[in-house]
Amino acid sequence: MNAAPTPPPRTTPLCQAHRRLGAKMIDFGGWLMPVNYPSGILDEHKATRTAVGMFDVCHMGEIHFRGARAAEAVQRLVTNHVGKLYDGRAMYTVACNPKGGIVDDLIVYRVKSDHFLIVVNAANIAKDFQHFVEQVGSWCEIRNASDETGLISFQGPKAQACLAHLTRAPLAMLKPFHFLPDVEVAGRPVWIARTGYTGEDGFEIFCAAPDAEPLWQAMLDACAGMGGKPVGLGARDTLRLEARLSLYGNDLTDETTPLEAGLGWVVKFDAGDFIGREALLRQRDAGLQRKLAGFVMLGRGIARHGYPIRDPSTGARVGEVTSGTVGPTVGKNIGLGYVPALLHRAGARLLIDCRGKPTEAEVVEGPFYRR
Amino acid sequence: MSENVPNELLYTEDHEWVRQEGNLVTVGISQFAVDQLGDVTQVDLPNEGEALKRHEVLGSVESVKAVSDVYAPVSGKVVKVNSPLQDSPEYVNEEPYDGGWMAQIELSNPDELKGLMTSAAYEEFLKDHEG
Repeated sequence: MNAAPTPPPRTTPLCQAHRRLGAKMIDFGGWLMPVNYPSGILDEHKATRTAVGMFDVCHMGEIHFRGARAAEAVQRLVTNHVGKLYDGRAMYTVACNPKGGIVDDLIVYRVKSDHFLIVVNAANIAKDFQHFVEQVGSWCEIRNASDETGLISFQGPKAQACLAHLTRAPLAMLKPFHFLPDVEVAGRPVWIARTGYTGEDGFEIFCAAPDAEPLWQAMLDACAGMGGKPVGLGARDTLRLEARLSLYGNDLTDETTPLEAGLGWVVKFDAGDFIGREALLRQRDAGLQRKLAGFVMLGRGIARHGYPIRDPSTGARVGEVTSGTVGPTVGKNIGLGYVPALLHRAGARLLIDCRGKPTEAEVVEGPFYRR
Repeated sequence: MSENVPNELLYTEDHEWVRQEGNLVTVGISQFAVDQLGDVTQVDLPNEGEALKRHEVLGSVESVKAVSDVYAPVSGKVVKVNSPLQDSPEYVNEEPYDGGWMAQIELSNPDELKGLMTSAAYEEFLKDHEG
């Protein structure tokens, strides 16, 4: 086979650490990342739910907005209410295109009134940066610090207790979606945010890229005695899906709007004149044709990205699975997919076409797992 | 490596193994296949009595990560399936060559066994495969 040559995947500063731990590495969206370590996805999932899971998220993007008009620039880009933020406060939001489609889902951190940080998905760094600069590049300084910034996620019920061994930062006072800039972990300068992507309590540690490996090692040592483990992309997916957190590229795309994706809570029409506002207002007023539904499988089968969703009464294809997996903690096979608004109600039945086998599923509201 | 590729078995390029006992063969997936899949969470087996041709889908093994078809390494009638796998798919991870077997097939064309790889050939194949 003569496939077109693909560029070698990029590596994070933790690549050698993963190899030493025996991780199975895969090319994920252009990044060489651990999919799992030797103990396996189910074990890593359980460690995160019961103790601590450590995730290399250095590949994610960090884009800084600085200047007197920084807040205004960020508000032009995102749908949530930037004016509600204060120093040390973060929020989840999306950036939309003029049609209301999602450019990316993001976390916005207000460092100071004239300095905001936006953390973006790894696969979208170039696209987002270009979009940001095109739209508001003349309003303030926009700097892509992704390559020089490391990010380690430390998640689980024992995360605070473990991290407390490595820092004097007042972790107990740090509330969800708040962060502490200019603190230290294991003697390295870091920012600590109480955010994550697993449905557990936890922290994300921003650092200088060269500090990522020593920090990773210190955190690994600090949590190992309490059942903490490194966790790869495989369990990251089962954890986030149980918590019903969307994955960009699967559940969210340029073609789907936050209203359809069940992210209406991050769209604040009174926040300002953000890009996509008018299209989203029109969609809201016209009513939604389709919505992202969560479902549990009733029959034997695991839904996978791309499997057709059929209406059980007609057998007609009405949508597609955007995410699907085993839910190790909930003990059910779970998934997400866009369905006609009429089928988007708790208890509605769907047929998931598992490689030609129609398998019954039931629509459920809310997260599959709550801690 | 060799403890992962038992000598007495035959292998396919799709990473199935075959154990011959007279006119019967037992079929499963190799340690290499299991390592690639990771935690197996569901196994689909053929029906007993079903006639399969070589290369037809015999069943599937689904892990947290992916789903993978298992192909009949030889033609014949399925005389028995390892039904405990329905409730305990983890046997495939724990004992791929033993408790993780999938189906027993009565050979309809014993010559087909000549087309399978010996353990030595399979080990060579894996070396090439892994680059």
